[in-house]
Amino acid sequence: MSVCADIHARFKLNYAGFALDVDLNLPSQGVTALFGPSGSGKSTLLRCIAGLERAAGSLTVKGEVWQDEKHFLPTHQRPIGYVFQEANLFPHLSVQANLNYGFKRQPHRHDGFSLDEIVDLLGIAHLLDRKPERLSGGEKQRVAIARALAVNPRLLLMDEPLAALDLARKREILPFLEKLHEALEMPVIYVTHAPNEVARLADHLVVLNQGQLQSAGPLNETFSHVELPQQASDAGSAIIEAQITELQPQWHLALASFEGGELWIRDLSFNVGQKVRFQVMARDVSLALTADHSSSIANVLPAVVDQISDGDHPGIAMVRLKIGRNYILSRLTQRSLHSLGLNVGDSVWAQIKSAAIVE
Amino acid sequence: MFSDGNWAAILLTVKLASIVTLLLLIISTPIAWWLAHTRSRLKSFFEALVALPIVLPPSVLGFYLLLLMGPQGFVGQITQALGIGTLPFTFAGLVVASVFYSLPFVVQPIQLAFENIGENYLEAAATLRASPLDRFFSVAMPLALPGFLTGSVLGFAHTVGEFGVVLMVGGNIPGVSRVVSVQIYDYVEALEYGQAHSLAITMLLFSFVTLLLLYTFNPNRRTR
Repeated sequence: MSVCADIHARFKLNYAGFALDVDLNLPSQGVTALFGPSGSGKSTLLRCIAGLERAAGSLTVKGEVWQDEKHFLPTHQRPIGYVFQEANLFPHLSVQANLNYGFKRQPHRHDGFSLDEIVDLLGIAHLLDRKPERLSGGEKQRVAIARALAVNPRLLLMDEPLAALDLARKREILPFLEKLHEALEMPVIYVTHAPNEVARLADHLVVLNQGQLQSAGPLNETFSHVELPQQASDAGSAIIEAQITELQPQWHLALASFEGGELWIRDLSFNVGQKVRFQVMARDVSLALTADHSSSIANVLPAVVDQISDGDHPGIAMVRLKIGRNYILSRLTQRSLHSLGLNVGDSVWAQIKSAAIVE
Repeated sequence: MFSDGNWAAILLTVKLASIVTLLLLIISTPIAWWLAHTRSRLKSFFEALVALPIVLPPSVLGFYLLLLMGPQGFVGQITQALGIGTLPFTFAGLVVASVFYSLPFVVQPIQLAFENIGENYLEAAATLRASPLDRFFSVAMPLALPGFLTGSVLGFAHTVGEFGVVLMVGGNIPGVSRVVSVQIYDYVEALEYGQAHSLAITMLLFSFVTLLLLYTFNPNRRTR
């Protein structure tokens, strides 16, 4: 991986019908998504990192050995915060007492967030006196996140924190997670099987399949791998991080610039300088051999064909394009691919019909 | 309503049941915890051993305890070596016998309560810096409280109701081992049905009210 590889994990685990065998470096900054279908071992890997599961192997976090052949640091001595799929709030304690539980057990009480800051961040001030049984699913999960932060962790582990919630509750929590993403300096490892959560939250992506590492790297590069199952479908897309550099108020458009290109997107009251993350659907990208500025498509960028693979239908092809340091995907018919005569390494023009801010 | 002898029997019974219940809570908690969490193949063996007093005739249990605690028995040799003498026909002996006799009635509800907590809350506590002992007292104990209540009530009530074991191990000594059930037996033997009746109806009411309270207020039956 490119960014500072400060978490090194190597685990081997054999259950009946399931084996985990991974050796990977994770960055010690930002949100790393552990992504894969159910049964891919992503939750098990997270539990190994937390010490909740004991696998053979080793784990080093920022130079500290948490596990090797001789040592195994028990969970309660690891400076982690853990958010479970089910909130697992203690039913015999109020919300406040649930938060206090970890807060009063943290080893270094002075640094890190105060309880008030955490309560504000998650918007749970009005829930503090309640018992968990009187909270909604979304509220429970917010309290669970606050409780995990209250121990002042140096590594935050989240195991599909939204999976047990319905769509409305997911929408309720995602903004809080994005806020966390901005407010937290600690690394976060986030397990999910939902591509849109990856698109919104992750900086780095680790893809697991059947207990094995499939690919790992920065979000844009790894997310646009055509081998990812969802990419071959109509929902295939790429994520680009960009900065707003120009506004055209009369057309309600904003210019989003990134390494290798720039795109006009609809202006959602952006400010110049603002960082945005937008999604380019593969089906909205068509290819041409020459720059054609006569069509209605405003965004035409020079690109290089990086990968070609089959789509989810025999008539469909997926093409991964490199634009500067970023990648986007194009979904086109096999016939178009044939008539353009495209090969890996060819220069093309990518016509991007639309790009939307990730939400 | 009660004669002095009857009061003595009642007080002795309550004293015995209280001490036994207290001891049982201390002994049963680690046993129940182990049974609830072990993956050992010995689990079934120990579960069967703990449950034995439920099905064993009290006279059988009493007989073996008598042998064990007697002058030639293993426990008897130890107690003699310690200078305590032998336990049969003493209050202490009765306490020991009652602990065995009522053990399953305390272990089983607590074990069930521990099993019902599951691993999730304990794992959450571990991620919140709680050591194993800390997790036990701050999470497992409070969540298993209904099991502890049920176990205490059943252990107490069952000890109050024992008869066969008392006769075998404790005999029928006033103030030492003549508990209510033995006293009733004495009255019936002597054809003093009136006296027997006053104690018997007291026991009947006590047992029924105890169970009624247990079934009415047991938080285990509440849906979570």
